Amino acid sequence: MPNVLAYAEARGTTLRKAAFEAVAAARVIAAGGEVHALLVGPPGIAATAAALGRAGATRVFVSEHPAFAQYNADAARALAAERTKSGGYRAVVFASTAQGRDLAPRVAARLGAALASDVTGITVAGDEISVVHPVYSGKAIATLTVQGTPAVISVRPSTFVAAEDGRDAVVEPIQPVGDPAAGRVVVTELRTGGGAKLDVAEAPIVVSGGRGLKGPENFAIVEALAAAFGNAAVGASRAVVDAGWRGHGDQVGQTGKTVSPSLYVAIGVSGAIQHLAGMRTAKTIVAINKDKDAPIFKIADYGIVGDLFEIVPALTAAVREARKTG
Amino acid sequence: MSTDFFDIDGALTEEERAVRDSVRRFVDDRVLPVIGQCYVDGRFPRELIPEMAGLGLFGANLPEEYGCAGLNNVAYGLIMQELERGDSGIRSFASVQGALVMYPIYAFGSEAQKRHYLPKMASGEIIGCFGLTEPDYGSNPSGMITTAREQGDGSYVLNGAKMWITNGSTAQAAIIWAKTGADDKSIRGFVVPTDTKGFSAKDQKGKLSLRASDTSELVLQDVCVPKTAVLPGSGGLKSPLMCLTQARYGISWGAIGAAMACYEEALAYSKTRVMFDRPIGGFQLQQQRLADMITEITKAQLLSLHLGRLKDAGTFTPQQVSMAKRNNVDIATNIAREARRLLGANGILAEYSAMRHMENLESVYTYEGTHDIHTLILGQAVTGLNAFN
Amino acid sequence: MKIAVCLKRVPDTETRITIAPGGQSIVDAGVKFILNPYDEFAVEAALQLKQAQGGEVVAISLGPDVVQETLRTALAMGADRAIQLKTDGNPYDTIAVASALAAELKSGGYDLILLGKMAIDDYNHAMAPALGELLDVPSVSAVSKLTIADGRATAEREVEGGVEVVTFPLPAVVSADKGLNKPRLPTLPGIMAAKKKPMESKPAALGAAKVVVRTLTPPPERPAGRILGEGAGAVPELVRLLQTEAKVL
Repeated sequence: MPNVLAYAEARGTTLRKAAFEAVAAARVIAAGGEVHALLVGPPGIAATAAALGRAGATRVFVSEHPAFAQYNADAARALAAERTKSGGYRAVVFASTAQGRDLAPRVAARLGAALASDVTGITVAGDEISVVHPVYSGKAIATLTVQGTPAVISVRPSTFVAAEDGRDAVVEPIQPVGDPAAGRVVVTELRTGGGAKLDVAEAPIVVSGGRGLKGPENFAIVEALAAAFGNAAVGASRAVVDAGWRGHGDQVGQTGKTVSPSLYVAIGVSGAIQHLAGMRTAKTIVAINKDKDAPIFKIADYGIVGDLFEIVPALTAAVREARKTG
Repeated sequence: MSTDFFDIDGALTEEERAVRDSVRRFVDDRVLPVIGQCYVDGRFPRELIPEMAGLGLFGANLPEEYGCAGLNNVAYGLIMQELERGDSGIRSFASVQGALVMYPIYAFGSEAQKRHYLPKMASGEIIGCFGLTEPDYGSNPSGMITTAREQGDGSYVLNGAKMWITNGSTAQAAIIWAKTGADDKSIRGFVVPTDTKGFSAKDQKGKLSLRASDTSELVLQDVCVPKTAVLPGSGGLKSPLMCLTQARYGISWGAIGAAMACYEEALAYSKTRVMFDRPIGGFQLQQQRLADMITEITKAQLLSLHLGRLKDAGTFTPQQVSMAKRNNVDIATNIAREARRLLGANGILAEYSAMRHMENLESVYTYEGTHDIHTLILGQAVTGLNAFN
Repeated sequence: MKIAVCLKRVPDTETRITIAPGGQSIVDAGVKFILNPYDEFAVEAALQLKQAQGGEVVAISLGPDVVQETLRTALAMGADRAIQLKTDGNPYDTIAVASALAAELKSGGYDLILLGKMAIDDYNHAMAPALGELLDVPSVSAVSKLTIADGRATAEREVEGGVEVVTFPLPAVVSADKGLNKPRLPTLPGIMAAKKKPMESKPAALGAAKVVVRTLTPPPERPAGRILGEGAGAVPELVRLLQTEAKVL
């Protein structure tokens, strides 16, 4: 039975949700074999490593070094490639985050391995790994066979749900490959936008606002609903981003981000094709719009027609109440 | 593409398609976001002139040696189509600058005039206007009363008035057609700097059509110009009419653009607008509207495309241009009106383009040779009999 | 500066996609193909650098002869010359394509290699880092700001919840994200000039394809949803369904 390596992404000394998702995806490939994780970070990261066992990793290799305080592309890829090869893993799995998208191709190129990017499904049949990946802005689904060992696979965030088995993993400290301080691309600054804002591409719940909100100040209603859900990010349609009400990082849609949350709430969003392309794979879609003929209602699982300025505050209160009791 | 029913694209060269695509993107990005408001405000978006010039839209079918793009006539037509897809006022600006100002300088001007004016007009540094029509002489320019009296030293003094002049109040140079003698054989063209003493331009107010366009009256009161202002190759009514033929050719394409814009808007609307529990595009009467629209657009495309190929081969005739202008503008006015109707109440809002195109096209129907005049041109062409008077 | 821009010819996002019989590819007929929008940001960045610092911009694309049209778009925007790496079809495998591009780029003496962060057909987000690795030069992905001075570069790239600011030496591979610049339209004189600029065609040295498309299928149909009601009165029902049916609350 094959073992699979998962790259556990961290920021500073905090494990990111993506780390657990990579482990979850790795379990699918391992199909009974062991899942190990690779974690790099500044001194102190090792203390978080055992938690990866919750998601199913039996062993976590940790490399602690000050030069891992920020994303260190050269050092991370050298270590990931070396570990994958020396460990004889069937595959190495990354989450397709900003970091993972940068790292996985490097590792694949370095190893001469197959690279399957941003996959939303994995099937293993004997020796063969098949993956699923949406293409053409989600208008088609590609099923791909991934050949050779090791295979390098990156998985779309919020798609593979981490289990909570509850067993701590064995943590093994390892040495980095070469000198991590000699990385050619140096992160000089990480500017986080005012507090730990959840990114739309990663949040399990996304609440988006569109032109129906009438003005940037009214986004407070959307933010209140997101806060009521607790683990929600605030998204925006292209129209309001172009109008300057919200930043481009919040934009959901063809020219913005593609998101796959468990719940997507579209408030005052008409549902143009370009927007739908960015969120149509959400598990549950709720739409609130005053126009009952708005295209968004065709794709929504649940819709409420009416004045969002009345409906959303009522929904916010109800969600708050439900979370208290639920 | 919804408006290419007969794969006209397949009959275009790669470069013609590239030209069309660039202008289309310019119109989508820069014209459409502002044009509805400009139309309501009665304002031509002059701030777009440098970008239009930078793209090479002015005099695009004139040679590279004069700072122009040197495109063939089909590409030129596609430019007009895409501009008018935006608004007839935008296309009128480019038609005047290219076909009615740069063209006469190219066709009738001295080498010195060409080298002085054409590059600056291509770059938008000098905007021009074409002064032929007069308050009492529209369809019969041969009756014009603007005069140019030659002086002892070879200079001229111009007197008269012109009306319905696009770009009149923005232009730095006016191509003025005036009689140097008694009859229309004495008509000659003059390049008149608009800051010459005695020259004035005043915008015509109260327009309910072509509102995103500057339309002016010109008054020439003892305007003195040196003999170098004459377009030496010009002589007789034939000269301005040749310019009109160039412009009319472009307009035949432009009208297709306006029709396409109206059709596409109506088609998209018909697929999403729900009434009686289904999209209105599923009702027979709306389907008939759409079927008629796409049929006429397709015919118009083929007419203008073939005309463009004949023009490039040097074998086209002004009567062929008359047929294309007459037909394409006529069907466009019908398509705009029917599109407006399909849009229902929404169709009267400036947010939708149909009614703006509908109003604009009434001017396009009337200018550059009214529909009726082109009817008589064709009548004479086929019968040999003059029904003008 | 000598700058290479790698381009891809892709279907326009507005195009309706039909899967060809056999399910291995899409039907080409009636599809409008364009220069990958993210690659446009890369071309524009290259042209701006050339305007500021002098040099040459070379456009490169891998594919059948029809990609020459896409290369000509870059030439019309202002690139100096173009190279087609010729293949029969449109290979999917990122590493295989990266190998062919790297083989061409290696001998070019480029200070900077620019491309879009992803192609809007395959959504793989992988070419730039793969190229950097094969060429053994630094690479930075999804850049929305880029400055170059004295052989060193500074860039900004969006990461979850923030912006990473990086510095790195040239030569390097950089992929462009939206916001890097506003690409210029090919001008009409530019379109005419493109026909006269050098266009070279040579066979692509593709690597072995290890990731292969087995089938393309349409996306799963979402089951029909329903409108629960009007106004704030429908909120309790929505919350109930989110708890019991959708189980997301």
